[in-house]
Amino acid sequence: MTKKDQELIDRIAEGARKGRISRRDFMYYSTAAGLTATTATGLWTKSAAAAPQRGGTFRWGLHDGNTGDTHDPGTYVTRTMIFLAHTHRSYLTMINGDGSLGPDLADSWEASADASEWTFNLNQNASFHSGRKVTADDVIASLNHHRGDETTSAAKALLTDVVEITKDGDHTVKVKLTGGNADLPWLMTDYHFAICPANDDGTIDWKSGDGSGPYKIDSGEFGVQFSLSRHDGWHGEGAWFDKVDIITLNDPNARQTALVTGDVDSVSLIELKTMALLQRDPNINIFNIPSAGAITLPMLCDTPPFDNVDVRNALKLSMNRDEIIEKIAFGAATKANDFHHSPAQPYWPDDIPQREYDPDQAKSLLKKAGAEGLSVSISTADSVYAGAVDMAVLYAEQAKASGINIDVVREPNDGYYSDVWLKKPWCLVSWGARPTPDVMYTLAYKSDAAWNESRWQNERFNELLLQAKAELDDTLRAEMYREMAMLARDDGGTVIPFFNNFVYAARANVGTPDQLAASWESDGARAASRWWFTS
Amino acid sequence: MGDLTRLVLKRLGLGLLTLLVVSILIFFAVELLPGDIAEAVLGQSATPETVAEMRRQLGLDQPAVWRYLQWLGGAVQGDFGVSLVSGEPVSEAIGDRFVNTLFLAAYAAVIAVPISIILGVTVALLRNTLFDRVANVLTLTSISSPEFFLGYILILFLAVKTNMFPAIASLSSDMSLSELLNRTFLPALTLVLVVTAHMMRMTRAAIINLLASPYIEMARLKGTPPWKVIVKHALPNAWAPIINVIALNLAYLITGVVLVEVVFVYPGIGQALVDAVAKRDFPIVQACCLIFAATFILLNLAADVGAILTNPRLRHPK
Repeated sequence: MTKKDQELIDRIAEGARKGRISRRDFMYYSTAAGLTATTATGLWTKSAAAAPQRGGTFRWGLHDGNTGDTHDPGTYVTRTMIFLAHTHRSYLTMINGDGSLGPDLADSWEASADASEWTFNLNQNASFHSGRKVTADDVIASLNHHRGDETTSAAKALLTDVVEITKDGDHTVKVKLTGGNADLPWLMTDYHFAICPANDDGTIDWKSGDGSGPYKIDSGEFGVQFSLSRHDGWHGEGAWFDKVDIITLNDPNARQTALVTGDVDSVSLIELKTMALLQRDPNINIFNIPSAGAITLPMLCDTPPFDNVDVRNALKLSMNRDEIIEKIAFGAATKANDFHHSPAQPYWPDDIPQREYDPDQAKSLLKKAGAEGLSVSISTADSVYAGAVDMAVLYAEQAKASGINIDVVREPNDGYYSDVWLKKPWCLVSWGARPTPDVMYTLAYKSDAAWNESRWQNERFNELLLQAKAELDDTLRAEMYREMAMLARDDGGTVIPFFNNFVYAARANVGTPDQLAASWESDGARAASRWWFTS
Repeated sequence: MGDLTRLVLKRLGLGLLTLLVVSILIFFAVELLPGDIAEAVLGQSATPETVAEMRRQLGLDQPAVWRYLQWLGGAVQGDFGVSLVSGEPVSEAIGDRFVNTLFLAAYAAVIAVPISIILGVTVALLRNTLFDRVANVLTLTSISSPEFFLGYILILFLAVKTNMFPAIASLSSDMSLSELLNRTFLPALTLVLVVTAHMMRMTRAAIINLLASPYIEMARLKGTPPWKVIVKHALPNAWAPIINVIALNLAYLITGVVLVEVVFVYPGIGQALVDAVAKRDFPIVQACCLIFAATFILLNLAADVGAILTNPRLRHPK
């Protein structure tokens, strides 16, 4: 081993000690530096942070909160409420750090053979902060909160195929669907489906803020701050901190300053522009996690010139994704391939060739379509994504090489999703992470979906979508999703430049598991119950 | 004194009329904004049915004029309605916020007002010296930079580099007064820097204006020392414009602090107003704006009364 190798190994070991690199990276670099796998494993165990320990107050600065927030799970919209919900309430299931599905309130679940009826068995130890046990009635009332004509819940659309929800004893809940849905347990991780205590009349008590999560709310003010302390009877594993303070820090500068000066222990989002500067601070660890959130550019497939598939593909070929990721996302993004299925979701097909920037091919497609010298407009606004307007302008420059003129229209930030999205023939949209490809495709690509943002109609795709939804065999399902991805990529109306990474940070004395969940920022919004202080 | 009472009552009456006009303007300005509360709350995940149902539950399907009259009916009886988003009464939703804003304004005023008057008198005394120039340049620089920039500069030097004060001013209910003063020092200092120049320059100008008057010349001729000329002879006659500018700046401390609140994450009323506008929560917007308008009306009134009280000629009209 050379001296240089030794230096490298020391540096890697130091990184491991501080929790800066994952186990996988550690093994990769150590073996690259000449260590055997066994030695590397031993070194990892020695270097990596010790087992979690209890204690301390975790001050958690969140990037999006509003004075007008409420505890109503149906209208959760800000990150502060979503993260608070994962801290003081429970869900039936949860997404684990490795991306698999794990139990929360439900110990286990099974489906009927056609996946149209699901049974959830509840954890009998689970209790609300008020002391009462969590029963089937609470779960039923909490889910019914999002159903029916009276509901104002934003999650209503997710439960439209539920026929009825019944109980079988105090700790078993049965959900009957109109058709098969193999993803129902995944769906239950949606942030709206927080379980609240039921009232006698079958409604839920969301106002009190009572929940069955790892921490209970001691005091709080919406849009400002919440103080929580450990719920001693919590049914899960973790909750290492004694107390958790959730602080709304909307201003990016205030958030980063608070982290640098140690006024908070972790922040849920850092600005990509300053990421490189923050990385130099030895007291701060930055986490850069590929997510299932995406930026999409849907073209209305029933509106000329986007009704021609060659035009659509020419536009897809005219985008230099690498340059956009480098300049707009500052590297914190995962290259997408024009199908809305991220590597952070299950069943991701890894063998589909990446679509690259190819102005020549775009030109020939345009020639074939008789649309040379194409001129189109794209609507965008900065509220959609930091740098959305710049991204559109950069794309317009790249498309010039294919002889396409893209006119960038900057729309008002206010009311973008009511006035521009689904209305303008081509616009820029930001999508939050959805747990499974089925949820994403059903929401925004199914032929009759209200949000079929590209109005794309493809018979085979829709047929596969329904088949895959009810398929309990994982291999068959993965094959179907692969075929759907190919259809969306080559026939669909959506240009997808990238899946944006979650970039957040913590002080160096905060210990984290090897793998961080990719469903939300801050370890799937569960940093409060999964992280700990190392010193 | 009877005249003064009449003046105050008359001005208060006009003030109420102003508030009515302000409330009409605000209501229709909020109406004009694209989108409404249902769309703002449900965001990207709004479906036509849920939006319609939410509008129905909040009474937003009624005509705008009718909703305004309903609100006005409640307001004249002291009921400013409930927040559309959270369902809390408006007074509860913004009460604490307003107290926080008043606290910060008072904190800044207690520092800024004496400093700027003393500084103003001193620079009037030492006018056209190096001290005068330096004081002018410094205060004018601070008033000319945007508040958030001043805030960031202060954070950089006093919080990040030297760690003397906390960078964010998040409050909790169990803080002691000294802790509170320490936590809120940087936002208060920012506000001080912003308002000092205006008050100091006005004091200086008002006094220098008077220095050319014959009675000041008389005082000088009889051998009164310069500081006494200014403090005992010039200042009493300069109070009216100074009080006016102080009142304006106090109003600014209450109504113009949104940026400072954002930079320091201070839970004040400006932040509440911005949040409410984003969600189209009309009762909250209305209440915040009326508080701001009332602040201006009352402080202006106080300035006029103050000017009358410090001027014997106005106090005893022939």
